Amino acid sequence: MSSQIFAYIEHHGGAADDSALELINSAKKIDPEAKVTAIVPGSGSEADSVAQEVAATYPEVWKIDNSELSYPNAEIIRGLLLNVLPKDSVLLVPHDTLGMDLAPGLSIKIDSSYVADVVDIEGADGDTLKTVRQEFGGQVHSHVNCDISEGAIITIRPGVFQADESKSASGEVVDKSSEAGSVEAKRKFLEVEEAEVGEVDITKEDVLVSIGRGIGEEDNIEVAEELAEAMGGVVSCSRPVVDAKWMEKGRQVGTSGKTVKPKVYLAMGISGSFQHMGGVKGNPYIVAVNNNPKAPIFQIADLGVEEDMLEFAPELTEKIKEMK
Amino acid sequence: MDILVCVKRVPDTSENEIEINSEGTDIEREDLVYSVNEWDNYAVEEAIQIRDRVGGSVTVVTVGDEDSEEVLRREMAMGADQGILISDDAIEGCDGKGSAKTLKAEIEKGKYDLIMTGAQADEGYAQVGGMIAAMLDMPYASLVNYLEILDDNKLKVGREIEGGNTEMNEISIPCVLSIQTGINEPRYVGIRGIRKVANVEIPTHGLSDLGLSGDDVGEKAAKVKRVDYFVPETGEGAEMLEGDTEEKAEKLAEILKSKGGIK
Repeated sequence: MSSQIFAYIEHHGGAADDSALELINSAKKIDPEAKVTAIVPGSGSEADSVAQEVAATYPEVWKIDNSELSYPNAEIIRGLLLNVLPKDSVLLVPHDTLGMDLAPGLSIKIDSSYVADVVDIEGADGDTLKTVRQEFGGQVHSHVNCDISEGAIITIRPGVFQADESKSASGEVVDKSSEAGSVEAKRKFLEVEEAEVGEVDITKEDVLVSIGRGIGEEDNIEVAEELAEAMGGVVSCSRPVVDAKWMEKGRQVGTSGKTVKPKVYLAMGISGSFQHMGGVKGNPYIVAVNNNPKAPIFQIADLGVEEDMLEFAPELTEKIKEMK
Repeated sequence: MDILVCVKRVPDTSENEIEINSEGTDIEREDLVYSVNEWDNYAVEEAIQIRDRVGGSVTVVTVGDEDSEEVLRREMAMGADQGILISDDAIEGCDGKGSAKTLKAEIEKGKYDLIMTGAQADEGYAQVGGMIAAMLDMPYASLVNYLEILDDNKLKVGREIEGGNTEMNEISIPCVLSIQTGINEPRYVGIRGIRKVANVEIPTHGLSDLGLSGDDVGEKAAKVKRVDYFVPETGEGAEMLEGDTEEKAEKLAEILKSKGGIK
């Protein structure tokens, strides 16, 4: 394993994203001895402060300061990275909305292999990198081998590798801004429109009855609402319910929705994809009701009930009312 | 506007439990229900809506075996003007780059203002759109959940980013967009609609029609290979409640109360 390993550092408001501490540990799984270089593209003082921050974790930090990067436009960043990355590098990128925008095209431009959304790495055997992925919404895992003889771009699922909190490096910050040059892009960032908050703020609730695809049709939402009312909580949901326009976006839990921190999370007819569970924080007591015993949610939940939620919810509502 | 949408026939995970065969070489495909990849269906709906507003055409293309034709017909029943099936045994074993290279060759045979893919498909790589854009030197936007035509040369597109927020961009045409679910409400396709297009001819292109060979895009070219499927050794997972429906409901009510889930 002779390739140099790089980690792409995302940041917001002058602070490194949590993934910055995870990527170095995923790199160590490729090669425990690796001297991993962090790459920090950004603008002005933000790039400076993030580069300083991650120098506590990475032995070397490449800063790319570009005034166009006050917002991270992947179409620009891709060109800048092409100008600085050595041939045959292995670059690790978080598998999130920026990484998904940036990485596939970069693998074409730099002509290296591409593996996306890696959840584990079993090491490198010569030029073969052994990765673990999931398919079919997390229902099955697969071993995927990647030829890294001419480099690779690997996107890493956020939150699956341990964060390196040791802050044991005192890395050198190298300014690569002039080498990276400037890049013209045919896509221009305009603004971020914040998601609207609806009549109910699910981020402030202690008890959530969350519904997914298993709700079947819009009229059935009533069943969940009655249960939530009996429990003294509110109804939240997973992505398919919002896509179907049955509930407003503000009720969606997940990485592309709200991050919630309830005490009790009752997931009904939700399979438990990582995108959904990524929005459930604060270690709540999780109960899963699902008629598919293989649903990934049963691996995450504290308590499981193998039942059709549409039959089970009214029964549960009844029992709660009796108990009161 | 002439629009090409890349679609894929995939096992429908909302209809199936995915199981692995005994050797771990593949999933059990025998009784699977297949359908068009959900994200792709939103992309086709968006393309049809654009065509209906400003004119032009919608072409759907897929790389797959002869069974994939049913997916093209379904999307044509929705309103796509034509379908193209790219099918060749030599594509077997390709990686994402092989698929993208094949589609790129097909795209170059025509003239399109806009190329769309779904944001991701069954394998979850979310890669083909971005790769095609890079190969064609076109601008790219992923996870698009809002689209507005500004003029003949520009679109305004919203990308769905973390927290349910939307990142607004201006992008020049021609471009490649990967479409996120929820951007529209795909129309229902009935049996009657599919019957209407049952006899429309769908051209099939092999690799040689595209100036490619299996060495360019097939298993030999693939640098990324799935070795096997497996079920990971997991922790114990959830404690499962036993009993009939009523008993389970009664136990759960008690437990919820003890955990502060009933106020």
